[in-house]
Amino acid sequence: MTATTMPLTATEAPVADYRPPLRSRLSRLLLPVYTALAVAYLFLPIAVMVAFSFNNPRGRQNITWQGFTLQNYVDVWSRPDITDPMVQSLIVAVVSTIIATALGTLIGLALTRYRFPGQGTTNILIFLPMATPEIIMGASLLSLWVSLGVSRSLITIIIAHVMFNISYVVVTIRARLQGFDRGLEEAAMDLGADEWTTFRKVTFPLIFPGILAAALLAFALSIDDYVITSFVAGKTITFPLWVFGVSRLGVPPEVNVLGTLIFVVAFLAIAAQVLWQRRQARRQLVPSRAP
Amino acid sequence: MSAAIRRLRWAVPYLFLLPGGLWLLVFFVVPMAVMASISLQTGSLGTGYTLSWNFGIYPEAISQFATQFLRSFEYGFIVTVLTLLIGYPMAYTIAFRGGRIKNILLLLVILPFFTSFIIRTLAWKLILADQGFVLGTLKGWGILPGDFGLIATPIAVISGLVYNFLPFMVLPLYVALEKIDHRLVEAANDLYASRLQAFLRVTLPLSMPGVFAGSLLTFIPSVGDFVNATILGSRDTTMIGNVIQSRFLDFNDFPRASALGFVLMATILAMVLVYARLVGSDELTSG
Repeated sequence: MTATTMPLTATEAPVADYRPPLRSRLSRLLLPVYTALAVAYLFLPIAVMVAFSFNNPRGRQNITWQGFTLQNYVDVWSRPDITDPMVQSLIVAVVSTIIATALGTLIGLALTRYRFPGQGTTNILIFLPMATPEIIMGASLLSLWVSLGVSRSLITIIIAHVMFNISYVVVTIRARLQGFDRGLEEAAMDLGADEWTTFRKVTFPLIFPGILAAALLAFALSIDDYVITSFVAGKTITFPLWVFGVSRLGVPPEVNVLGTLIFVVAFLAIAAQVLWQRRQARRQLVPSRAP
Repeated sequence: MSAAIRRLRWAVPYLFLLPGGLWLLVFFVVPMAVMASISLQTGSLGTGYTLSWNFGIYPEAISQFATQFLRSFEYGFIVTVLTLLIGYPMAYTIAFRGGRIKNILLLLVILPFFTSFIIRTLAWKLILADQGFVLGTLKGWGILPGDFGLIATPIAVISGLVYNFLPFMVLPLYVALEKIDHRLVEAANDLYASRLQAFLRVTLPLSMPGVFAGSLLTFIPSVGDFVNATILGSRDTTMIGNVIQSRFLDFNDFPRASALGFVLMATILAMVLVYARLVGSDELTSG
C-alpha cells in the first residue's frame, strides 16, 4: 500500500509536505483506539463500583443512583458485619502469602539453579494446580477434611490458599530468575565469600524484586478467592464469602467502599513497585554510562 | 566446608523442594485421590460411607447432568473464542505499538482484577440490569423494545465470563508476541508480502504458543466456573460448577458430586495432555 505512494521525488513535492492518504492514517489509528476502548471496558465495572460507593440509597438495594454522599466512608467502620470478614480475609491473605512465597521461592530456586532427576515430575506437579478448575480443588479438599473428620476453620482456609498460591509463586520467581547471571555468584565466591554470604549479599538482592512480585500476586489471589474458600471455610466468613452471601438481598454501599479502598491500595502497591524497579534499573545504568 | 557435606550436595535441590512439594502432595494430590475414592462409596453423611466400588455412579451422574456438562463446555468454548478475538488485537497493539507506555498499558489490563471478583461480577449485574443505565437509556431512546433483557440469559453469563477471564488470554498472548523478532516481519514485507500476508504467515504462527496458553488459561476456569452463572444467570444457564457446588454443600450428596468433579477434571486433563503434546510440556510450564 505504501510502496506505491512512497517514491515521491523532490520536484513533485517536498518530503515535509507529504501526508499519507486519509485512509491509511485512519487505519493506523484503528488499533490504538480499539485498545483504549478495550481498557475502558475493563475499567467499566470498577467505575460502577467506585461510583456506587458514594451513592446514598434508601432501603437495602444499592442499584439506582439516589444522590452523592461521603457518609458510607464513615459508616463502614461501624459495621462489624462487614469489617470482621475483611479482617479474616486479611489474616488469611497475609499468613498464606508469607508461607506460599517462602515455599514457592525455594522450589523456584531448585528448578532454575539445579539439574536433578525428578525435575520433569516437579514441573508437572507445579503446573497441575494451575490447570485444575478451582471448584475441583475446593471440592477435593472438602472431601479430605470430611473423610478425616477435621472441622473446617481459618486453618483449613489458609492451607488451601497456600496450596493454590505455591504454583503462581514458582512461575513468577522462575520468570525473574531466567535472566539471572550465575557469573555474579561465582565472582563473589572467587573473592572469598562463602555460600551463605554469597546468597545474602548477591543472590537474594538480585531475586528480591521477583519475590516481591510473587508475594503481591499471591496476596491478590488470596484476598479475592471465593470458590475454593467456599468449600473449606466451615463457619468462618471471609470478605468474598460475605459479599456473595448478601448479594441476593442487596449489597450495601459500604461493600463498595471496602472494594474501592482495596483497589486504591492495590494500585498504590503496584505503582510503588514499578517506580522502585525503575529507580533500581536507572541506578544500574548510571555507573556503566559514566566512565 | 567438610568433605562429608560436600558429598551431600546432590540433596540440596531436594531440600529446597521438600516443604512446598509435600504441601502440594498432601493438599492437592491426596485430596484428588480421596475424592476419587468417595465417588465409589455408598452411604450418607449421617450413617457414614463404605467403599463399594460403585462405578455405576459415573454413567448415572453423567446422564443425569448431561445438559449442564454440555452447556459448560459450550460456554467455555464460546468464551475462549471471544476472549481470543477481543484479546489478540489488544495484546498485539501493546506488544508492537506500545512503545514507552508498554508496561503501563499492561498494568492497566491487570489492575481491574485487583478488585474482588464477586464485586466486579455484581457490578456487571448492575450494568446489564433491565432498567439499568445502559439498557434503560437505550430503551428510553426507543432503540430497544421495553421488554428487552439480558440478565438471566446465556448472553449475560458468557459476557461475565469473558470479562473475568480476558486478562488470562491477553497476558500469554502478549508474552508470545513480545518475543517475535521484528526483522522477520520486515523481511516478509521486503519480500512483497502485504501486511495481511505478513501477519497471517509470520506473526500469527509465531504467536501460536501464546494462543494455546491463553486458550487453556481461559477455557479451564470458565468451564468450571459457577459464580457468573449464579449472579448473572438463571435456572436455564446452570453450569456443571453450580451442580457440583450445590451437590457438595447443599445436598451433602458426596459420591455423586465427587463423580461429577472427577469427570470434569478428567475431561479437562485429557485436553491439557493433548495440548502438552502439541506444544511441549516445557513451553507449558514455563509460561
